[in-house]
Amino acid sequence: MADALFETLLRLGDNTLILGHRVSEWCGHAPVLEEDIALANTALDLLGQTSLWLEYAGEIEGAGRSADDLAFLRDAWDFHNVLLVELPNGDFGQTVMRQYLFDQFNLMNLRALTGSTDNRIAEIAEKAVKEAAYHVDRSRGTVVGLGDGTAESHERMQAALNILWPYALELFITDDTDADMAKAGVIPDPKTLEADYRATIEATLAEATLTLPDAHFGHRGSGKDGRMHTEHLGHILTQMQWLQRAYPGQAW
Amino acid sequence: MYAQMVKSTGEGVKTLDEMAPEERAFQEKVDQDIRIEPRDWMPEGYRKTLIRQIGQHAHSEIVGQLPEGNWITRAPTLERKMILLAKVQDEAGHGLYLYSAAETLGVSRDEMTEMLLSGKMKYSSIFNYPTLTWADIGAVGWLVDGAAIMNQVPLQRTSYGPYSRAMVRICKEESFHQRQGYDIMMKMAQGSEAQKRMAQDALNRFWYPSLMMFGPSDANSVHSEQSLAWKIKINTNDELRQKFVDQTVPQAEYLGLSVPDDTLAWNEDKGGYDYSEPDWDEFFDVLKGAGPANHDRLDARKQAWDDGAWVRDGLLAHSEKKHGAKVAAE
Repeated sequence: MADALFETLLRLGDNTLILGHRVSEWCGHAPVLEEDIALANTALDLLGQTSLWLEYAGEIEGAGRSADDLAFLRDAWDFHNVLLVELPNGDFGQTVMRQYLFDQFNLMNLRALTGSTDNRIAEIAEKAVKEAAYHVDRSRGTVVGLGDGTAESHERMQAALNILWPYALELFITDDTDADMAKAGVIPDPKTLEADYRATIEATLAEATLTLPDAHFGHRGSGKDGRMHTEHLGHILTQMQWLQRAYPGQAW
Repeated sequence: MYAQMVKSTGEGVKTLDEMAPEERAFQEKVDQDIRIEPRDWMPEGYRKTLIRQIGQHAHSEIVGQLPEGNWITRAPTLERKMILLAKVQDEAGHGLYLYSAAETLGVSRDEMTEMLLSGKMKYSSIFNYPTLTWADIGAVGWLVDGAAIMNQVPLQRTSYGPYSRAMVRICKEESFHQRQGYDIMMKMAQGSEAQKRMAQDALNRFWYPSLMMFGPSDANSVHSEQSLAWKIKINTNDELRQKFVDQTVPQAEYLGLSVPDDTLAWNEDKGGYDYSEPDWDEFFDVLKGAGPANHDRLDARKQAWDDGAWVRDGLLAHSEKKHGAKVAAE
């Protein structure tokens, strides 16, 4: 049980850590100043959530690892984020589409987690759900604006959706760890969130004049159990962990 | 200080007697510390000089995201990463306040951005230096924000209302930025040999560029004289530079770092340090575009602007459609 809980917390914390890293790559390069501010804000919230999840993960593991140890000193195969969040930013449209697909999941998942039988998880979710609601508002609005904008913006958003949608479906695969945790009331069973998620996404896409591609999850890789990440994760870690690896054991 | 070498009218300062009645009334308000507001009459030179100065300050906040953004993905702990992100986000926010203040003078943000990208408007020389190690993020907070605060605190009392109010908001956040920079330096200076080396190296590289932030000695500058008379500049460059040196040297000593200036010495008579001037030829080169990172900075901003064109167009087209639909429904 402790192993499953540890793994679950890593999944939560790694998703927000890696997505936060990706979003922070935009800093100073966004298409308009308001987006620079909003992206930095999103990255900041995601990293704040990361600290809470990973700190708790370290406590559950009981091996004396801090949130920083977990973030900066694990190698790729010990990361448990879904593949969606480690994909490169692409153009701004791809970044926003990825954000929306994640935010919508994150909001639904966090809402369910506020009722977790694990009090600490419920507390963290209570705090994070407010941020997630704001993120969805924003990323959803931008997806609609760009989908239903000019011919070019429409085309770019559709292209982004076509690439990303199959990855989004990894969020709803229930494996043994999830099943155990769901049975104990710690987390919602991921696959039970899918129908509602799909319906919400479809409503947004209709407003954005975009079409859901006809795809089921076709990737042979899998991030959440660490079995096979994309090649991108190694590069993210190379950058993110560099100082901690090059100068081990220092205070910063 | 993010505004350097801001050109004013290029003419000498008029006496009250030489002024036409409305200009005289304006100057008297300035002299009495009554704020000038956007709808008030103002000399054309005042308006233009302010646009240059506020615009340069705004651009500096925007370009200034880049050297710090350079380390966000490599920040050594989650907490440091979050603090740095929050800081860079604040700077983008400062850019927003300042562009809004400049817009009250009749120039749009897009126009100012185009002028930045075409090289017609400048940003502070300091952001044309690279951030090479994590200690540079400490040095930027400690020295660069420290120098900026020196100038911005008095500018809270500047004569133009919207600028003054923007400065009040900005100053609140800047002091937090400086503290976090000094805190990074402290950790590095008390750390391993490698960390100490990074800290000393950062001070060596950022010391003179920080002194340059105040601009060259303005004893003979007609631009400064006019700006001082209009209270869009409150202190001379040399006054502020001296204050900065006097404040910073003891801080460096406390950190156990050496300021890279052999001539540095306390001067009892003036109650301040004697110090070496920075290399002003280098300063003018950097302003002309030949600094170590000028090309990279402007290139990054151009790319962000060009790559973002479809996003801005798309969002605008969408809001026009929605507006059109709303009007049609009414």
